[in-house]
Amino acid sequence: METRNIVIVGVGGQGSLLACNLMGKALMLEGYDAKVSEVHGMSQRGGAVVTYVRCGKKVYSPIVDKGQAELLVSFELLEAARWFELLAPGGTVVTNTQQINPVPVIMGLAEYPENLTDKFEALGAKVDAIDALTLAEEAGSSKTVNIVMMGRLSKYFPFSKDTWDKALEAVVPPKFLEMNKKAFELGMNA
Amino acid sequence: MKSLLLGNAAVARGVYEAGACVASSYPGTPSTEITANIATYDEIYTEWAPNEKVGMEVAWGACLAGKRSFTGMKHVGLNVAADVLFTISYTGVNAGLVCAVADEPGMHSSQNEQDSRYYAKSAKVPMLEPADSSECLEFTKYAYELSEKYDTPVLLRLCTRICHSQSVVELSDRVEPPAKEYVKNPQKYVMMPTFARPRHPIVELRILDLKELSEDTFLNRVEMGETDLGIIASGTAYQYVKEVFGDKVSVLKLGMINPLPEKLILDFATKVKRLVVVEELDPFIEDHCKKLGLKVSGKDMFSIIGELSPNIVAEKFGMPYNDGKNIEDDIPARPPVMCAGCSHRGLFYTLGKIKATVIGDIGCYTLGAAPPLNAMDVCICMGGSVSGLHGFVRGGGKNVVGVIGDSTFAHMGVPGLIDIGYNGSDSTLIILDNSTTGMTGHQENPTTGVNIKGEKVGKMDIETMCRACGIERITVVDPNKLAECEKVIKEEMAAPGPSVIIARRPCALLKTTKSSPPLKVDEEKCTGCKMCMKIGCPAISFKNKKAGINKTLCVGCDVCTQLCKFDALVK
Repeated sequence: METRNIVIVGVGGQGSLLACNLMGKALMLEGYDAKVSEVHGMSQRGGAVVTYVRCGKKVYSPIVDKGQAELLVSFELLEAARWFELLAPGGTVVTNTQQINPVPVIMGLAEYPENLTDKFEALGAKVDAIDALTLAEEAGSSKTVNIVMMGRLSKYFPFSKDTWDKALEAVVPPKFLEMNKKAFELGMNA
Repeated sequence: MKSLLLGNAAVARGVYEAGACVASSYPGTPSTEITANIATYDEIYTEWAPNEKVGMEVAWGACLAGKRSFTGMKHVGLNVAADVLFTISYTGVNAGLVCAVADEPGMHSSQNEQDSRYYAKSAKVPMLEPADSSECLEFTKYAYELSEKYDTPVLLRLCTRICHSQSVVELSDRVEPPAKEYVKNPQKYVMMPTFARPRHPIVELRILDLKELSEDTFLNRVEMGETDLGIIASGTAYQYVKEVFGDKVSVLKLGMINPLPEKLILDFATKVKRLVVVEELDPFIEDHCKKLGLKVSGKDMFSIIGELSPNIVAEKFGMPYNDGKNIEDDIPARPPVMCAGCSHRGLFYTLGKIKATVIGDIGCYTLGAAPPLNAMDVCICMGGSVSGLHGFVRGGGKNVVGVIGDSTFAHMGVPGLIDIGYNGSDSTLIILDNSTTGMTGHQENPTTGVNIKGEKVGKMDIETMCRACGIERITVVDPNKLAECEKVIKEEMAAPGPSVIIARRPCALLKTTKSSPPLKVDEEKCTGCKMCMKIGCPAISFKNKKAGINKTLCVGCDVCTQLCKFDALVK
């Protein structure tokens, strides 16, 4: 079994930790060796956040290096561009089309680049873009963008719905479980 | 049972399975979750200590009384606890004592990139270094055995990538060894010169015994492959080497970092044609090899600065790797920022406005140094703002304030304030009391009056503490009331003698903090003057020459409304 490399990126506060835990849980249920790396501390404060998920028969490095990611999952469009170099040749960018302006853009010191998904394709990447914010709001809260995106990511894994349900139950508080299950499905079927 | 655990959670599990009963730590990225996880085991008395020195002393006291104990900290925390470490190396322990120290190559959330391995060498205590979560658990448990067998505190060295990566571990049951009896023994435990002198040779003999152990412990292992290249590595570096080479080259994987083996390394060196040490930060293992007279590469290939990665290892050994493609556009940086509604924002705006020199400290508020606030001049270490302020004033500095958070004040700010009160300077210290330890993820602290388990306990009253330090001028302000805050800061800076301003407003992210409805922009009134942009609020943006409010981020803190001269920001 080849080692699979997935990178999940977003903006601090978008719930990448929960997404990582969900992914880790699902991989465990499916019997993979896995390493899931998270980011804590200062970079979480609205900064760019990158997390790594690696799975296979035997996984060594806890991080995914440049040019190694089969899937780059981004909760925000600019972050997909920022971490694009992690993508392996022929890899897929699975991205939310939502744009969250970073402070330099807010302050008018920099511009948010345009037509990013076209640029990804021009560099040979496959692009799977969805409007996760709208889907999250449909599920009941804009805060479920992370789970919508994980639902989308699930299409790239041959896991049963039961696995994902169990993983969701393990990482999401019961109070929010139904909403998150809905968010997951909306992402998967979008 | 198999489980996917964070390195930190695996250390916590190791502490639990080893039957430890007491844990005391101060939070610090990337070590925080160790103690947070230990607190989930009811069998272990767990606490947040006000600082790492206290944490280590509590752990020491507990092990002396007969129970296995634990303390954990980030690398710079060990600087604070070093005073304890160097002398408990002499006293030894009774029950086992394990101290985890987490280095941060790459400085993801730290102020320096120090290499804590030197502490182990210098304090002459054993240090183990796990390379994944499974080893985190296993090594932690074994560290307790070592601690008791060799009568020494044991350091467990971690780094960010080990602390914060989840991998598979096998869980076992907790085995709590019977408590050891405390026997009075001043020659061992009272470290005055008469008793300390005979302890030093014991320490030197112990490190020799440990060196014997390092030659054939399971912690170090040789993985022979082809013999053209032999690599010595530990921790994350080992994982990167295996990622690049698999089982192809020969690897000496070191799990015991102090003392380092000699025979084992010499023997490995004779079996391979070329010897390379791959390690992050300083040439700790490499220097040891050179001392053994070996021809070895290391820092001539790899940088002392920052983290390694699989690609870096591949590149330096001339192995193939993908480098990835970059899109051509400039990608605007996304630096961490104070959250929308952050109680520090208004205060730093005010300090910037009055052009004060700001002696800062460690916490979320260090972000006050970033644009557009640009309102911090100095930040070095926990508590450094207070004594640094006093020194700056004594050195002739003018128009200056110190700023320190509530948790940081309890950590190491108080002694500095005692200095200010005692030796009296025209110092103005601002304590940012946001009712939590924000940066590390909302830990309770002595000023919140709630313990790690969420129970109501003793509370260090900040005002009373300041008064006890000899400060008479103490004012409490709401940092979000800009005019009032500015007036008070100016008054206190002008007043002779020491003064403290307590800027009190809970962190906007606390569950107990109630937010107000988001604001709106009255586009008729907005002139596009950008005054509201001066506070760097992530909820405010500027488009088509008008301000805009992000309604999912805005918590209605009203700081921006006080800046708008045209009443364009409305409820």
